[in-house]
Amino acid sequence: MELLVAIMVGALVAASVHLMLARNVLRFLFGLILISNAANLTIFVAGRLTPETPPLIPDGADAPMVDVANALPQALVLTAIVIGFGLFAFALMLVYRTYQNLGTLNSDEMRLAEPIEDDTAPVASKSYIAEGKP
Amino acid sequence: MSWILAAPIIIPFATAVLAFLFRHGPEGRWLSVLGSAAMLIASIVLMTHVLDNGVVAAQMGEWPAPFGITLVADLLSAVMVVITGITGLAVAVYALADVDERKEQLGYHALYQVLLAGVCGAFLTGDLFNLYVWFEVMLIASFGLLILGGTKAQLDGGIKYVTLNLVSTIMFLSGIGLLYGMTGTLNMADLHSAVQNVENPGLLIVVAVMFMIAFGVKAAVFPLFFWLPASYHTPAISVSAIFAGLLTKVGVYSLIRMFTLIFTTDIAYTHTLLLWVAGFTMVTGVLGAAAMNDFRRILSFHIVSQIGYMILGLALFTPLALVGAVFYLVHHIIVKANLFLVAGVARRIAGSTNLDHIGGLYKTAPFLALLFLIPAFSLAGFPPLSGFWAKYVLVKAALDDGGYVIAAVALVVGLLTIYSMTKIWGLAFWKPHPAGVNPTLSSLTSKDRAALLSPIAVLAVLTCIIGLFPEPFVQFAERSAEQLLNPEAYVAAVLGPDNTSFAEGTE
Repeated sequence: MELLVAIMVGALVAASVHLMLARNVLRFLFGLILISNAANLTIFVAGRLTPETPPLIPDGADAPMVDVANALPQALVLTAIVIGFGLFAFALMLVYRTYQNLGTLNSDEMRLAEPIEDDTAPVASKSYIAEGKP
Repeated sequence: MSWILAAPIIIPFATAVLAFLFRHGPEGRWLSVLGSAAMLIASIVLMTHVLDNGVVAAQMGEWPAPFGITLVADLLSAVMVVITGITGLAVAVYALADVDERKEQLGYHALYQVLLAGVCGAFLTGDLFNLYVWFEVMLIASFGLLILGGTKAQLDGGIKYVTLNLVSTIMFLSGIGLLYGMTGTLNMADLHSAVQNVENPGLLIVVAVMFMIAFGVKAAVFPLFFWLPASYHTPAISVSAIFAGLLTKVGVYSLIRMFTLIFTTDIAYTHTLLLWVAGFTMVTGVLGAAAMNDFRRILSFHIVSQIGYMILGLALFTPLALVGAVFYLVHHIIVKANLFLVAGVARRIAGSTNLDHIGGLYKTAPFLALLFLIPAFSLAGFPPLSGFWAKYVLVKAALDDGGYVIAAVALVVGLLTIYSMTKIWGLAFWKPHPAGVNPTLSSLTSKDRAALLSPIAVLAVLTCIIGLFPEPFVQFAERSAEQLLNPEAYVAAVLGPDNTSFAEGTE
């Protein structure tokens, strides 16, 4: 079970790195969401996975009788999911507002904060706006 | 006792709520100043308590140590909280004249106070996951502050800041998960002993490097700093100043904490890596600054270069080097925040931060020129200002350790720092104003003048005091470095004197 989830984490990270290497900021954001889920799964696995064995302690005992999953990482994951949700909602709005104001989602064309000062023309690159639209 | 530790976190949060409720009137900004002053007092109370009693710790909700959330303050934490209080109050006063009403109505002061709470929380927590939560509190507040106003340049810088910081956050979170999987604990004091029992020390190094990358992004070290010069010059001046003073330093603090308390199992590898990082950070930062032509952008690159010095102190990992790192942290926060505040006044009276568009400040505003000279010379390391002692201790530590190359790098970077400071001096202060106007401080209303200049003057005086009377500060840094290198007191304060570890070990 752990091995399966570990492989899934690997696949998620690979996919997210692919997405994050794109110039389109929206794709980058999708990659970020995937990799954050991969991180959450990592924590989840770190606390052991014991299907069909609830982490309950019987009356009169101080510790669980059998090996059970650690509940703490699951609580951590919940916290991380909630925080992550807030951050991504913010990031999505930021990307949307940026698209509205700058008219582009191509990170190569976002040079307003750091304008190119010399005379050489900015690197020409195909625009991702059309691609981003449905 | 727990109140003393919790007050520097609770006060800014309470102020944030009040400031948000009163954001439409002038009360909001005065609440922010009052709250910051109260936080400064709370931090000084904490500091005296730590000086008298050594490391203090408190368990939140009365849960015993490795299970609950612990707040803990040693000398390093305490001094960082005090510095947060000082810069927090200075920038809150400055914001009275700097932040316009529109930004106030959007909740500037509330976000600012949440930021201070997040920073203090990060300095005081003794639990790794709790540190992650404080980082998030700090991040979300900084996101809001950075793009408040919504100009195109801000959005552009915001994208880079937000995305790269989120990547680092995820790295941090994965590191926490893996470390918990290996040790079964997240309490930093407990981890100190728990990492000794890890079956596979190689894996521990991998996790250590993950933390190094995560905090490295926050601290803006060499290959990971690109978000900083892209964004720090875009928001309001008071936002730039507080970011420049505090945010990267939280990353440096976390690096120091993790790599003195927990990841000391393979110093030859991790701290050598940090040494390389430190060298490249110093050099790239200062070269970037030399290429810039804008007041704030030059200063932004200098943050990067100065971070290198602090990492150098950690990387050498000798008592003297850590003294230097702690001293540098304290000195740098004051100086850097102050330089940004000066840049703000220069923009206010001369019309721009672009050095091509301003000039003549020395002739018409000599007082401002003096206020610039003090932090600028201190940054470059002129005796007798605070930066000189910080650099002196670090270079001496490097030479004692046989690191002649890194000592030479540190000195050359200091020289190049002087070059950029002279560039600002020459272009903004000496050269006549290109548009022929005479920028004077009397063009500001007397109220604005008081709010803008008094924090700058106070911080400049602090720089001079540290520079002229370095003895007590160096002694303090020595005590602090001793605590960092011998974490037994820290561990005992958190876990109790019998030092019981509840770590379940590896299976």
